[in-house]
Amino acid sequence: MSAVLQNLVNQPYKHGFVTDIESDVAPRGLSEETILMISAKKQEPEWLLDFRLKAYRQWLTMVEPAWPNVKYPPIDFQEISYYAAPKPKKKLSSMDEVDPELLRTFEKLGVPMHERAALAGVAVDVIFDSVSVTTTYKHKLAEVGIIFGSISEAVHEHPELVKKYLGSVVPVGDNFYAALNSAVFTDGSFCFIPKGVKCPMDLSTYFRINTEGSGQFERTLIIAEEGASVSYLEGCTAPRFDTNQLHAAVVELIALDNADIKYSTVQNWYAGDESGVGGIYNFVTKRGLCRGVNSRISWTQVETGSAITWKYPSCVLLGDNSVGEFYSVAVTNHHQQADTGTKMIHIGRNTRSTIVSKGISAGLSNNSYRGLVKVAPSAEGARNYSQCDSMLIGDRCSANTFPYIQVRNNRAKVEHEASTSKIGEDQLFLFAQRGIGAEEAVSMIINGFCKDVFQQLPMEFAVEATKLLGFKLEGSVG
Amino acid sequence: MIYQDSRTLLEVRGLRATVSGIEILKGLDFTVNSGEVHAIMGPNGSGKSTFAKVLAGHPAYTVTGGTVSFMGRNLFDLAPEERARAGVFLAFQYPIEIPGVANSQFLRLAYNTLQAQRGKDELDPLEFDDFVREKMKLLEMNPDFLDRSVNEGFSGGEKKRNEILQMAILEPRLAILDETDSGLDIDALRIVSQGVNQLANPESATVLVTHYQRLLNYIVPDFVHVMEAGRIIKTGGKELALELETRGYDWVGAEHLEQEAAGRVAA
Ligand SMILES: Nc1ncnc2c1ncn2[C@@H]1O[C@H](COP(=O)(O)OP(=O)(O)OP(=O)(O)O)[C@@H](O)[C@H]1O
Ligand SMILES: [Mg+2]
Repeated sequence: MSAVLQNLVNQPYKHGFVTDIESDVAPRGLSEETILMISAKKQEPEWLLDFRLKAYRQWLTMVEPAWPNVKYPPIDFQEISYYAAPKPKKKLSSMDEVDPELLRTFEKLGVPMHERAALAGVAVDVIFDSVSVTTTYKHKLAEVGIIFGSISEAVHEHPELVKKYLGSVVPVGDNFYAALNSAVFTDGSFCFIPKGVKCPMDLSTYFRINTEGSGQFERTLIIAEEGASVSYLEGCTAPRFDTNQLHAAVVELIALDNADIKYSTVQNWYAGDESGVGGIYNFVTKRGLCRGVNSRISWTQVETGSAITWKYPSCVLLGDNSVGEFYSVAVTNHHQQADTGTKMIHIGRNTRSTIVSKGISAGLSNNSYRGLVKVAPSAEGARNYSQCDSMLIGDRCSANTFPYIQVRNNRAKVEHEASTSKIGEDQLFLFAQRGIGAEEAVSMIINGFCKDVFQQLPMEFAVEATKLLGFKLEGSVG
Repeated sequence: MIYQDSRTLLEVRGLRATVSGIEILKGLDFTVNSGEVHAIMGPNGSGKSTFAKVLAGHPAYTVTGGTVSFMGRNLFDLAPEERARAGVFLAFQYPIEIPGVANSQFLRLAYNTLQAQRGKDELDPLEFDDFVREKMKLLEMNPDFLDRSVNEGFSGGEKKRNEILQMAILEPRLAILDETDSGLDIDALRIVSQGVNQLANPESATVLVTHYQRLLNYIVPDFVHVMEAGRIIKTGGKELALELETRGYDWVGAEHLEQEAAGRVAA
């Protein structure tokens, strides 16, 4: 690989700093006592403690999945601290009350909250080390009956909703990491859009891991009732540490009849340094249930960070005529590993799904697409279209595609297309010969490659994603 | 050599270059003045494309000897993109595809980069669209090609025409057209040649690499050179191309050997 290309893909992490806020950190290790402590600290009702304990007991009987195409040393789950919260001084009702140190952190992160919120009309539910600190626009949303805030609050204020839906899409024993999350989750977002309401603005949450050695276990639950619609944005950044941190979130989406949920993620957790030291292990379970007829769930993700990503945002298409979509860009560089994709489970009649996956590998990284399209016998008229493209930058990285197709209805239509391309010396030379430098050339090629996915992102996020890819893949040339 | 004649655009002396450790250019001399048209002919594998790519700065080739000055500057001091901005243009023998990048986007970035370099105004997408459509008319190209990815799925001839479109937009000082004629149908050959002729001006020069006399009926060269084994072994006027067409290359090589032998005796 040419020196130009080498330099181009090496760019130091921009969000590497630690905010000095007093943390309330649980001692390392996991036992029933830890769970009792978390539940007590959060003053949770009995049913939630039971939920956690049930998950914990199941987790004890499970083993870590070995099938993903990623390599890492064994994780010692007794070495992780399962709870970290900034000590709340008092209930916050406005931005002025937020710890200025915290606000400075967000500024460094490039999240100008009030501006972002005010100018773009985005409500930002800020999650800082697992505990929701402030919620903006909550009031305005409440006027139309939308509930948007932290899941801990929702547990107290809307227990009937949380109890009804929590674990209904991702059961406590679904998989090793989902079970762990169900046992120890600390906070996350809750969003409820009542019948017939179109959410008037994009809802946005910024996640950030801030305490070294603290696992982060978020739990997100979004429910759109009959005819409701919502677009939810999730952005993630974590500071740099030399140890690996575990992030095992669970996200559950539920769409009832004619409801529409669009979930967009830009993930930029710390990826480790150039030699592969440190970085987040991002083992996430995201699943949406199209429970009602004509419902639609759409996942869009731009994954650029984390040392290891293991993530398959999925759709269970239960309602007749329901639609599932997955649009993904996954970028890996240096020693990053990503095994990501989706599952589309067709159960209802005339259900349709679309998968567009773009994997970009650079450096010594390894990028795998893994996708399942499953059509049940009941899914009369089901259709799926999948397109999985890989792009290699340099010749020391790798890309893989693992499509699993299980069709049990012979009138279903399933199409799969795949391609692999490479940004080679000759392409860059063509740009150079027309006067265009390597950085601009790579950025143009990558943006072209990701176009189909970026088009799905809300405007603001698309701009951010384009910039992120720039940071990720461009550097000082020559 | 000192840059004496202000008309001298390109001066190549004793150029040697290797690829993958194999020497391809073995002491090549070549001079181009502004306003001139040169044709380089020669058997397959003699090093014509290598020469063109070395001039443009392709990273796979290593220059091992000789000098090249372009408009009085050492060409090897310039990075490939700087050579392009200085006015060196190469129409590729095998234009490559860039999936996902719209032709219009690519052309505009190239044009605006050059405009910025020249201290001139850049064009916004709408202005550029008008500008590029005019150029396409000259080459009788369908505007649909603007929306397609660069060269993707273009036919052989369409790719060549797209190369000349780029030349028309960038208005280079030195245009090197590597077998632009091969793959063009009879009408396209005439249209593209007319385009090249219209773009010619007293400040610029054109180097045509070709196997066929046919092209030279349209774009009439001032000089015809024969390349063999990495060197220019014969230079003549436009009638040399006609002679090569009927007699092939063997006699040129034989003549060259004789001359070399005579040279050695004399020395
Ligand atoms: N990467 C490479 N490794 C080894 N040999 C190479 C490489 N690239 C070019 N060559 C060799 O260099 C020689 C000159 O090639 P070049 O493409 O310059 O020839 P040409 O005169 O343009 O031929 P044609 O008329 O067929 O286009 C050929 O023998 C070719 O095989
Ligand atoms: Mg050639």
